[in-house]
Amino acid sequence: MSESRAPTPDPGAETPAEGLVLQRLREQFGDALRDVKIWRHETTILLAPQDLVRVCRFLRDASDLAFDFLSSVVGVDRLHLPDNSPRFEVVYHLYSIQFKRRLRLKVRVDEGDAVPSVTGVWESANWHEREIFDLFGVPVEGHPDLRRILMPDDWEGHPLRKDYPVEASPKWWAEEPA
Amino acid sequence: MTTERTMTLNMGPQHPSTHGVLRLVLELDGEVVVRCEPHIGYLHTGIEKGLESKRYQQGIPLTDRLDYLAPLSNNLAYVLAIEKALGIEVPDRAQTIRVLMTELTRIKSHLVWLGTHALDIGAMSVFLYCFREREQVLDMYEAVSGQRMMSSYFRVGGLMADLPAGFEAQVEAFLAAFPSRLEEYEALLTENPLWRQRTVGIGSIRAADAIVLGVSGPALRACGVAYDVRRANPYCGYERYQFDVPVGKVGDVYERYTIRMAEMRQSHRIAGQALQRLAPGPINVADPKLIPPPRKLLKTSMEALIHHFKLYSEGFSVPAGEVYQAIESPKGELGVYLVSDGTNRPYRVHYRAPSFVNLQALPRMVEGRLVADVIAVIGSLDIVLGEIDR
Repeated sequence: MSESRAPTPDPGAETPAEGLVLQRLREQFGDALRDVKIWRHETTILLAPQDLVRVCRFLRDASDLAFDFLSSVVGVDRLHLPDNSPRFEVVYHLYSIQFKRRLRLKVRVDEGDAVPSVTGVWESANWHEREIFDLFGVPVEGHPDLRRILMPDDWEGHPLRKDYPVEASPKWWAEEPA
Repeated sequence: MTTERTMTLNMGPQHPSTHGVLRLVLELDGEVVVRCEPHIGYLHTGIEKGLESKRYQQGIPLTDRLDYLAPLSNNLAYVLAIEKALGIEVPDRAQTIRVLMTELTRIKSHLVWLGTHALDIGAMSVFLYCFREREQVLDMYEAVSGQRMMSSYFRVGGLMADLPAGFEAQVEAFLAAFPSRLEEYEALLTENPLWRQRTVGIGSIRAADAIVLGVSGPALRACGVAYDVRRANPYCGYERYQFDVPVGKVGDVYERYTIRMAEMRQSHRIAGQALQRLAPGPINVADPKLIPPPRKLLKTSMEALIHHFKLYSEGFSVPAGEVYQAIESPKGELGVYLVSDGTNRPYRVHYRAPSFVNLQALPRMVEGRLVADVIAVIGSLDIVLGEIDR
């Protein structure tokens, strides 16, 4: 470990492990990989929503990849980014306990369009996907129990959207009978 | 969901053994749980939204409030993610102090878990002993940062301040006494027939189920999966420390107890090594764009004055991109996903809160068992609603 503030050398370079994952995916899916980025030694793969579930299933089941652990599913509202269409991004952080490897998959959808659910691949996606539905208003197709999770059921709006103000909230408590 | 045979019971959100504001809707057949459905969100404070509106340094105090039993772990994941995006690594002394403080944090968090878990099951005195030792760790928090709980001690590029004089001796005294304290707790519980009846064989889960449900931390290791981020993907130089990753076999409430007790011993071991490693040196990176200049320079150096002004009015910018940084918090894999758009505020910060994911496995552990077991299982998962609801 260096002790100085030297920038990480060549952050775009592929390590052999990252190379293997990418090579296997390219063999299997070819064009389905819309975009591949390696930054700070982290690999990010952009997929079309319709390819997501089969790529996930392959990554989980291939014995030399074995991405058996879904760390998290995260929503991002790209409204204020330079290229903001499609607006929403759903990010999947995969981990392989056996090979100690991480991988990031992404899909992008427009307002109102659904992302496919990966609960059939990793059960832990259930609450993560509910959170995305709740806080971003991105519907999840094929989810077994799609409801709000953090906000009250009758809440209006989706707080983590960029056009949702930080300090304003509907005064729903005032409307309830005393 | 009530049928002719079953009855629906609301447990929480105001229930002392749900460790905060967790609400469970239980469908009961007599005393047997048929279905358990956790309802969360009662402590939702919009911390992730709040982080987006704050400059990078300003966000650190917000992260303390996620898992309020282990504030420094939350700080660490956040600053490590930012440092990764910046492409910097903090000096050796800062790394060592971070390891020392987060291991003390793990001990402190596990002590609250042990005390409250035992209290839930009916062993009251353990709680008092645990809080006696926790107090000493809080004193160390106060010594380094002036704050007993929400200390925000870790900063981007290093630490808030160096260790105060006499701190090493304070930690040494604590570490010297701690093994005998652990024996005290264990003497009260490990072979206690009441404790064993309430915990052995309760709430077990198979390793394969735990993995697919995303369970991490002691709850996963109790089923025999040796996944510990400190060992698997080391950060802060953990690869240079000697420690074991304790694992169990059946993953019941009792094993989660023994695993956490063993982990406190390992944390004690790591903290001792960190203390040995502490060598004099800088605690911050040598970058005036990230670290405020020394006070005395402000009166003599124009550059220092400008840097100081810029840092407190505008902050620093992080190159556009995205990173995920995971650490092993006392509860499990704590991951920060950071999206930067190149400005001085994070575009999106997501906390992969281990309690949030672990709680999802609760129904699997309690369905088909007695209501009284629900209390034991919740305690054994060691959830903190602050990070679940965020």
